[in-house]
Amino acid sequence: MRTIISVIGKDTVGIISKVSAVCTECNANIVDITQSVLQDMFVMVMLTEISALNCSFGEFSDKMKALGEEINTDIRVMHEDIFNSMHRI
Amino acid sequence: MLNLNDIMETINMIQSENLDIRTITMGISLLDCIDSDAEKACEKIYNKITRLAGNLVKVGEDIEREYGIPIINKRISVTPISMLLGASGGNPVLYAKALQRAADATGVNFIGGYSALVHKGFSAGDVELIKSIPEALSVTTNVCSSVNIGSTKAGINMDAVKLMGEVVREAAEVTQDRDCIGCAKLVVFCNAVEDNPFMAGAFHGVGEPDCVIHVGVSGPGVVQAAIKKCPDVTLDEIAEIIKKTAFKITRMGQLVGTEASTRLGVPFGIVDLSLAPTPAVGDSVAHILEEMGLGRCGIHGTTAALAMLNDAVKKGGVMASSSVGGLSGAFIPVSEDAGMITAARSGDLVIEKLEAMTAVCSVGLDMIVIPGDTPAETISAIIADEAAIGMVNSKTTAVRVIPAIGKKSGEELEFGGLLGSGPVMNVNTNFSPKKFIDRAGRIPAPMQSLKN
Repeated sequence: MRTIISVIGKDTVGIISKVSAVCTECNANIVDITQSVLQDMFVMVMLTEISALNCSFGEFSDKMKALGEEINTDIRVMHEDIFNSMHRI
Repeated sequence: MLNLNDIMETINMIQSENLDIRTITMGISLLDCIDSDAEKACEKIYNKITRLAGNLVKVGEDIEREYGIPIINKRISVTPISMLLGASGGNPVLYAKALQRAADATGVNFIGGYSALVHKGFSAGDVELIKSIPEALSVTTNVCSSVNIGSTKAGINMDAVKLMGEVVREAAEVTQDRDCIGCAKLVVFCNAVEDNPFMAGAFHGVGEPDCVIHVGVSGPGVVQAAIKKCPDVTLDEIAEIIKKTAFKITRMGQLVGTEASTRLGVPFGIVDLSLAPTPAVGDSVAHILEEMGLGRCGIHGTTAALAMLNDAVKKGGVMASSSVGGLSGAFIPVSEDAGMITAARSGDLVIEKLEAMTAVCSVGLDMIVIPGDTPAETISAIIADEAAIGMVNSKTTAVRVIPAIGKKSGEELEFGGLLGSGPVMNVNTNFSPKKFIDRAGRIPAPMQSLKN
């Protein structure tokens, strides 16, 4: 299963490193990363493969959320299919 | 990899524009629970519902978490209870209590199906069930009830219309201490559908499979935001915007529905393409109409704007789902829509206009608070008018009015949660329809040709 991790907020030093650290900790493989500044907001999107997670999806998601709160950004982990179904026919 | 803008659009819809799945509703047939002993039937009902829907709430929460899309309600609809009551006799409220126990055990938000279908006449159990509705809604909290009193093919059963006026009043009276909440859980239908996932009118039709999953989507805020981005375009361009947005919303519903049906091992039924508002700011159908250029919902032009909105939502949604059904259209429940509440408070939105609006959208006079002294025959007459619109136009219409016992025009009722709050709206009681309603009998089915 592949998920999209989205990070939206004010740009600060080390965001990618911190998000990647949680991925490593949970054994999520980063497939692709893209980042941009949209409407004055830093946006980073990471495609990850989570079939070999060493924890439950819920725990992984909670860790990301906690990290988001810690660095004052909005971090969401969402199944890739929700974007595919909405934007591709 | 996916386009960054597409990802941001989806996240924005969920985060800022209140996109959500309103409900995953499991339809369960109770035909195999029929028993000549009401208590045994209730036991079978409880066992079957808890067996099939035991995992419903958990699966809903898992999907919500993995996909990041809020699923507001998990619900159950069952075979109209009057069919079971017809075989068993006895106290109908036993069945309501069994449904409540099943709702408590499964943790669902609502359970619908305390219903009777009497569009052509009453059969065994129907009258008993209808007369027990006020008590059943008073002693339960999550059970919803509906009665179908008319259809395009059968006409309108005016005996049932008369009875329902009295039942609606009584349901309000027995729950007066709880803001007349009983009436918020009771709908009177014409042309009721068998696969409706929305409450209070959901029941599981006899033509449906043994168990099935339906999904109802929401998303008025998303449509409003999309129109807001294009302030100076023509109406046909707005229709295109609505279609594209409805497509995206419905794809969410389809995804969640198929996923839920796979995880629960139950066939997928339909996506209901409805724009269902909530009292939250930014989740209002009235505000979509105002975004189109109406100064306030309820003024002249409202019916035309709503007709276009309703049609565009269906056109966009149909292609997005493998199977569309239920009520499918824009809802206009007054107390559940921030824009409608404002318009009703200011007097710009009146019941007569709402009635006209129901001719072009789903579903009917919904969640309208009326003065507590409105006589039963006037409520019956409101039901008859609304049923006539549905019968003649071959569409579903419904009435869910709440007589605010002890309150007058200008005061308000507060239901809380998705049901919201509503100002008491004026009802024309200058003259009485009593003689018309007391005649009872049946309004014959209308012509289906010579349409004018």
